[in-house]
Amino acid sequence: MNRLTKKDIAVLKGLVPEGCLYTGKQISEDYAHDELSAGSYKPQALIKAEDEKQISAVMKYANTRRFPVVARGAGTGLVGGAVALYGGIMIDLSGMDRILELDSENLTVTVQPGVLLMDLQKYADDRELMYPPDPGEKAATVGGNISTNAGGMRAVKYGVTRDYVMGLTVVLPDGEIVEMGGKVAKNSSGYSLMDLFIGSEGTLGIITSAVLRLIPKPASSVSLLIPFPGMETALSLIPRIILSKTDPTAVEYMERDIILMAEAYLGKKFPDSASGCYLLLTFDGQSVAEVETRYEAVADLCLANGATDAWIVDTDERHTSVWGARGAFLEAIKASTPGIDECDVVLPRNKVCDFILYTHELAEELQVRIPYFGHAGDGNLHVYVCRDRMDKERWDEVLAEAFGRMYKKAAEFGGQVSGEHGIGFAKREYLHALLGEAQMRLMRGIKKAFDPNGILNPGKIV
Amino acid sequence: MNIVVCIKQVPGTTNAEMDPETGVLKRDNIPAKLNPYDLFALEAAFRIREQAGGRVAAITMGPPAAEAALLEAVYMGADEGVLLTDRRFAGADVMATSYTLSQGIRALGAFDLVLCGKQTTDGDTAQVGPEIAEFLGLPHCANVVELPIVELQGAELPGAELQGAAFASSVIVKTAMETVVQTQRIQLPCLLGMDRDIFTPRLPSYLRKKRMTGALVRTLTLDDLEDQDPERYGLSGSPTQVERIYPPESDAEQHVVGGTAEELSAELLQVLDRFRLV
Repeated sequence: MNRLTKKDIAVLKGLVPEGCLYTGKQISEDYAHDELSAGSYKPQALIKAEDEKQISAVMKYANTRRFPVVARGAGTGLVGGAVALYGGIMIDLSGMDRILELDSENLTVTVQPGVLLMDLQKYADDRELMYPPDPGEKAATVGGNISTNAGGMRAVKYGVTRDYVMGLTVVLPDGEIVEMGGKVAKNSSGYSLMDLFIGSEGTLGIITSAVLRLIPKPASSVSLLIPFPGMETALSLIPRIILSKTDPTAVEYMERDIILMAEAYLGKKFPDSASGCYLLLTFDGQSVAEVETRYEAVADLCLANGATDAWIVDTDERHTSVWGARGAFLEAIKASTPGIDECDVVLPRNKVCDFILYTHELAEELQVRIPYFGHAGDGNLHVYVCRDRMDKERWDEVLAEAFGRMYKKAAEFGGQVSGEHGIGFAKREYLHALLGEAQMRLMRGIKKAFDPNGILNPGKIV
Repeated sequence: MNIVVCIKQVPGTTNAEMDPETGVLKRDNIPAKLNPYDLFALEAAFRIREQAGGRVAAITMGPPAAEAALLEAVYMGADEGVLLTDRRFAGADVMATSYTLSQGIRALGAFDLVLCGKQTTDGDTAQVGPEIAEFLGLPHCANVVELPIVELQGAELPGAELQGAAFASSVIVKTAMETVVQTQRIQLPCLLGMDRDIFTPRLPSYLRKKRMTGALVRTLTLDDLEDQDPERYGLSGSPTQVERIYPPESDAEQHVVGGTAEELSAELLQVLDRFRLV
């Protein structure tokens, strides 16, 4: 991999409009890391891209000169996916933030990659439509969501980002612009290259537009906050809730400790924090009566099996008081300690409880705080190892030990390294350990087919 | 301690439409909810009941469908709901509404405390609470920003006979004035208007919804009230008429500034200076 020379910078300047290229001190420190905040890796040149032609020209030049190129959205990733580990060029796509087309007959929306998730959700909502993927970080870009195959709160019913991507336009490392998929509802036309791009974290090409599937917006939505005296009781009910034909959109699990942390962080009380743990479920549908029938069935099931009540969250204000706190869990944990690292493990649904019990053992043994919460309905847990008062040496030691053992346990349970955050550079060794050489060889082969010179986001995933 | 909480059912959406002809809010076919401000009055009532014992009744004036708001109050923790509903109450302005509610509260018998939300999200006048108090001859206080501290002093003290109070006592309240927070001791019975966001209201309980059966909401009509003069109620009892309702104009300005950290801080300083914020 080469480093950019002054001459290269001059050439790049000629490829993009004035004011789009930044170098050296002009590049904010923000671009040197993402939300993982591990290390500082500044690119040599930052290009705030305005269209795919500029990206194509830059890629073509970078490919000839063998410079690393890293695509970046809002920088909200949690695994160091959008940082320039080896310098080179960073292409900031957050300025390509236009919604290009709404096709209300095919129910698709075509967007540039820099559109923020919150803006897309509002755009759809204002038109009585819904973009179902609902990752916690609403200030993430759609391009970032696609690149990590982000999941979120509504995955139990609606699935993840992959299920809503119908077409992609990408710039390949040699500068060629390729369109994959489109507004078709089904597609059996050869290998799905588009699907390879979803979750590829900018290692195969740069997404410059996406055709996304929308659905009609449900007319009614109600959440239930269900208090339980103990974790086992709550989590053992999840498979039965899923089987209950009530079709919840979200099934979240949280404990009192984390609710108290969120209260302290937000300076606002949660509506109830008297119980040890809670399930938070959402139901939606086209009428109030339909939603009521669904949530009542689950409330009855829970009450008959150890729940102490079922609180009804049925207005915007109540939704904000409960889901606002749920959305602040990550920030609350971050605020409670000088450093964290996250294990975004995904497990078969019926192993969530066993895995949490294992983290309790680990916390006890390693004398470390390991708070957690998660999307219990789809087995995706967010487990945080907290630095607290540890010095650097001890912290590195504890992290390596805790993560190594958690991923090993996840593998024993049939789990995977990441449910929705991706691999980046932070979880790469764990991915390799879990998938093994045969699968990694295939992944490297795919990478080579798209990016023979390995210029795109080097050091990530493979 | 008998507490009456005045509540109202309001449109459940922020996108409520106006009838362009009449300037009246279109309430048909849109979801309804309990006025968000009233949640704080209810929560205050439940917390006071936890300290001092007694009962909480929620009262509203509205069409039969407003029963849903009362049931919601019951599922949150109220002991009963009282629905003032009668065609003769229809078309009431602030004054007629306040008078009707004051008559409804009288009809409930002895009470110690009346709590209201600061205002409603549809009418926004914040006048109904104080007017109810005036009609009932009660001391009152708006913009209460903390949970009132109840001082129980025994039934033999002066004031026990006032307004049919169960026993005499007082509350200490903090109220937000324009520039200061005032602490006041008020003799019971009194009326307090609770401000919003002073605590987190509890959620309606499905367990209560399931377990509480029977008549949870009592209905009162004009025939049940002490003053049965129809001229005091509804449109006939309303000295004011709403000419037009329109959404407030937004004067929020947005400035988007770009540049390096140095440029941004210089620009920010200029903006703050221009608006005399520093």
